[in-house]
Amino acid sequence: MSEAPLELDLSSDPRSLPDAREKVRRWAGEHEWNETQIGEVVLALDEALTNVIRHAYGGQSGKKILVTVQAIQDPDGGDGLEIRVRDFGRQVNPEDICGRDLDDIRPGGLGVHIIQALNDSVEYRCAEGGGMLLVMRKFKAPRVEKS
Amino acid sequence: MSDAAHRLDVETTAVNNQPVVKVRGEVDLRTSPQLREALLESAQSTSGPLLIDLSAVGYMDSSGVGTMVYVKREVERAGRRVVLIGLQPRVRSVFEITHLDKFFTIVQDLDEVPEP
Repeated sequence: MSEAPLELDLSSDPRSLPDAREKVRRWAGEHEWNETQIGEVVLALDEALTNVIRHAYGGQSGKKILVTVQAIQDPDGGDGLEIRVRDFGRQVNPEDICGRDLDDIRPGGLGVHIIQALNDSVEYRCAEGGGMLLVMRKFKAPRVEKS
Repeated sequence: MSDAAHRLDVETTAVNNQPVVKVRGEVDLRTSPQLREALLESAQSTSGPLLIDLSAVGYMDSSGVGTMVYVKREVERAGRRVVLIGLQPRVRSVFEITHLDKFFTIVQDLDEVPEP
């Protein structure tokens, strides 16, 4: 098992999603995440990439998306992972990124809610030089507090 | 994994004289438009409830769930029902996270499809 982060240099093309999912699935398996957790990690990444393709790049293909996945530990030594998704598209105020009301049943707009539900912490930042950086952290043991 | 492994196949067959739409593969941003088109096409060529067998769908994201919401709305506009059959736990959990498991009629087997 490698301690080196997994780094993916992706294009904003929906066709890049299956391969990205597969690589992160393999990485998480090698780092002894269970099947349920791996499914959650992969889905959260997929939703993040989908949001970048749809919103940051407005559906334009051929734009750069950088993903880094690395093992982390919480202050108590519990194992976790951190996924960073960096785009170079449209910047938005991080405070404006929030999941929508689930009682309003309609297609679309569910990605942010899913990302928040599947991670222990989620942080959106305006990146230097343009674009956004999403940092998702998830731990193997359940944590009481969620941000 | 090859690209073929990530293909989506949609086929309408008759099971016990009922048309059933069988979906196989992964549903994401890439394949959702194909799924929407295929389901609406199948809805137009069949009558009665639109029965969608998802037992061979190993992965679905919010694009797929959103497609299902869209198709359900369109089909119900014509006075028909949509029933989802055989969701794998990983797919079902996406409906649960988004609270859409209560919006859809979801059964495990064709035998469990409720009467109108």
